[in-house]
Amino acid sequence: MCTYITNKIDVQGSAKGGDGWFTAKEASVYLDHPVHAPYTHSLNIDFLNQDLGPSFRVAVELNPKDAVLLARTILDTVEAMSDLAEG
Amino acid sequence: MTKYDAIMAETVYFSGANGDLIEGYFARPMGPGPFGSVVVIHHMPGYDQGTKEIVRKFAANGYLALMPNLYYREAPDAEPDDAAAAARAKGGVPDDRLVGDVEGVSKFLKSQANSNLKVGVIGYCSGGRQTFLAACSLKLDAAVDCYGAFVVSDPPEGAPLKVRSLMGIAPNLSAPLLGLFGKEDSFPSPEEVKILDDELTKLGKEHEFHIYDGAGHAFFASHRPSYRVEAANDGWEKIWAFYGKHLS
Repeated sequence: MCTYITNKIDVQGSAKGGDGWFTAKEASVYLDHPVHAPYTHSLNIDFLNQDLGPSFRVAVELNPKDAVLLARTILDTVEAMSDLAEG
Repeated sequence: MTKYDAIMAETVYFSGANGDLIEGYFARPMGPGPFGSVVVIHHMPGYDQGTKEIVRKFAANGYLALMPNLYYREAPDAEPDDAAAAARAKGGVPDDRLVGDVEGVSKFLKSQANSNLKVGVIGYCSGGRQTFLAACSLKLDAAVDCYGAFVVSDPPEGAPLKVRSLMGIAPNLSAPLLGLFGKEDSFPSPEEVKILDDELTKLGKEHEFHIYDGAGHAFFASHRPSYRVEAANDGWEKIWAFYGKHLS
């Protein structure tokens, strides 16, 4: 399935790729065929900086169940510092 | 004496939509021909090794075959997966640009000295939809849609890729169409395939659809878990018969 569904958000932060750290400006989240993970479909997240070029990308391909667990874990973690996360 | 079996495969550049110089992967039999040609449209994950292997397979079976790098403009020197991610983030390949690129490939293939001037198109996944788009927009000799979604229906609400259903241009289909689909696929679902089948029958368009049991999306992708050997092998036989009839 190529779902064509991509959720994109602007982010402020940094990501570490093959050539070291760079400023991440966007995150793409999508469910599609992985390039490397051994699943038919995976939940993929790309951290990107299109200003720097396509190679400035940190990608993860997760088993969708693990991606849900990750999302919950992020929310649980930021709950402890909700004042920072909402600011 | 053993038949001499040889192909040549290499990167080339050709003039695509708007006259842009585009990268492509070109494979051809090493013989005088004349040979039929195939435009190979890669899947959404891009201009990758798996699809290059398909291009070489066409050459080994007696066709001039060229796959345009549809993401070349977004990411000219990037790894295929990075290029696919960049194209996705920018909203995907616009339909008019795709048509211009396929037209450029078709001209390139017809200009080869060993071309018989017949050109078919084949595409996988998003390339299946683009195959239908190209065959409804250009004069081609044969088209093979491998599990292309969003031909019959629009993408889900909120999808950023700017593609729409192609049912409105179905009356312009210029070539016989072979459709190869998986029964367990959701994009396109067997119900959508049936709608397209009925519409093409109503329009009097030559077409041949096969829906494989036990196969879902991407059953031709031999390096992925979605690979289904029975469906893929039978699909290849259908392709050889179809192109043998229409591109020879």
